[in-house]
Amino acid sequence: MPMDFTGKDIISIKDFSKSEINQILNYAIKMVPYAKGDKTTHLLQDKILSSLFFEPSTRTRLSFESAMNRLHGRVIGFADPTATSQKKGETLSDTIRMADAYSDVIVVRHPSEGAARLAAEFSDAPILNAGDGAGHHPTQCLLDLFTIYNEKKDIGKQNVVLLGDLKYGRTVHSLAYALSLFGANLTFVSPKSLQMPREVVNECTQLGGNPNFTTKLEKALSDADILYVTRIQKERFPDLEEYNRVVGIYQITTSLLEHAKEELRIMHPLPRVTEIAAEVDKTPHAIYFKQAFNGVPIRMALLSLVTGVKL
Amino acid sequence: MKPMKIPRIKNGTVIDHITAGNAIKVLHILNIPQQQGSIVSVAINVKSHMGKKDIVKIENREIAHQEVDKIALIAPKATINIIRNYDVAEKHKVILPNELIGIAKCSNPTCISNGGEPVRSRFIVVDKEKPRIRCYYCEREPDDIASRII
Repeated sequence: MPMDFTGKDIISIKDFSKSEINQILNYAIKMVPYAKGDKTTHLLQDKILSSLFFEPSTRTRLSFESAMNRLHGRVIGFADPTATSQKKGETLSDTIRMADAYSDVIVVRHPSEGAARLAAEFSDAPILNAGDGAGHHPTQCLLDLFTIYNEKKDIGKQNVVLLGDLKYGRTVHSLAYALSLFGANLTFVSPKSLQMPREVVNECTQLGGNPNFTTKLEKALSDADILYVTRIQKERFPDLEEYNRVVGIYQITTSLLEHAKEELRIMHPLPRVTEIAAEVDKTPHAIYFKQAFNGVPIRMALLSLVTGVKL
Repeated sequence: MKPMKIPRIKNGTVIDHITAGNAIKVLHILNIPQQQGSIVSVAINVKSHMGKKDIVKIENREIAHQEVDKIALIAPKATINIIRNYDVAEKHKVILPNELIGIAKCSNPTCISNGGEPVRSRFIVVDKEKPRIRCYYCEREPDDIASRII
C-alpha cells in the first residue's frame, strides 16, 4: 500500500522507510520530462510555495523554485533574511505562522539545528526542510539516492566510497544512513581528524551495515561503483591551522581514475573547490552536474506529493 | 535500632534511593517546595547497604507516579513510597517516560530550542535503563544530563 504523503512534513531522511523512499524515487522519475521542459504540466497552478531562506543557498533554492515553476505553481519568499522582520527580532515561529497563512507549502533553510522540526509545529502547511544548520538536508539525500538509482538501478548492491569531510558534512551523514538502509557497502575515506562521527557509524551498524574506514583513497577506489566527494568546509573549522593541514589532501584527477572501474560514477553535492580537477568533468565518471539537475525532479515529486496534487 | 536521620511521616510521599547528591535537583524537577506547600525533609548522603543515597519526604501530599517518573533521568534507582498512617500503602520504582518536556536544556548552543522561540525543551528518551535522552529538535544527546536540568 503506497504511503499518502499529503500534508506530510519532510524534515529528516530518518523519518522514512525504505519503501517510502522508493515510492518518492519512482515518482520522481515521472517528473523528469517535466523538469527538463520536454513536457508541460499545470499540476500545482493553484498552489503557492513559501521559499524561506534564512541562510545563503544556490542549488537548493533555485531547484526548489524551478521545481515549483515547472509545475506552474507560484513562489513567494526571500533569499536574504536581512530584508525581513527577522531583522526586527521576529521569531522563526511567527514567520512560519505568516507563511502558513499565505501559502500551501513551505520550504525552510535556517542556520539553527531543529528549525524545520520547530517550523512544522507552527504550520498546517507541510514543511520541507532545505537544511537546518549542521542538522538535516533530506531533499539533498533524496536527490543523491535518486542519482544512484538512475545510474545503477539497485542502490543496495553498490560499493560506495564517501570521501572528504565526513565529520562536519551533514550531507554524508544522512547519505550514510540512507545507503545503509538500502544495504549498500560503504567505505569512509577521510583524514583522521575528519572521520565519520561515532553516532553515524553506530546508526549504519544498527541498520546492518559494516562500513570500512581508511585514509588511503587509491585502495578504496579500486572496486568502487560510486565515489561521493565532499568539500572540506573551511567555515566549519574552529582552527584555521587544522583546516590548512587537511585541505587539498585528496584530489580526484584523471590519472588517479586510471585504476578505477570503468563504471565508477563520481558525485559531489557542490559547490566544489579543488577536490575534483576540472579535467574530470569531461570523463564519463563525472555525474555531479546531472546530480545537481536531479534536485529539480525530486523536489517536483515532493511538492506534488505533500500538496496531494499528483500526476 | 539506629535513630532515623529524618523522622517518619504520617501521610505523604517518600522518595528513597535517590542517587547521592541529586536530591536538590529532584526537588527542582518536581517543583518542590511550592509556597504554602507541605513540609519537605531532605537527607543527603545517607549511608545504606547499597552505598550512599539521598531521601526526600514530603508530608501530606501524595505525588502521582507519572509526575515523579521524570526524576529517573537523574535518579534511576529511586523508589516512590506513598505513606498512609505511617504505613507504606504503595511502592514503586521510577520509570522514565517516553518524552520529557521542559525539564532539561539542550546542550547544543545552536539548537533552535535555545533560540528564543516560544517552545519548551523537548527530549525523546532513547534508553530508560541507563538514561539517555535526545533533543527532539536537533537530535543531540547531552553527555552530562544532570548538568542540563533547567
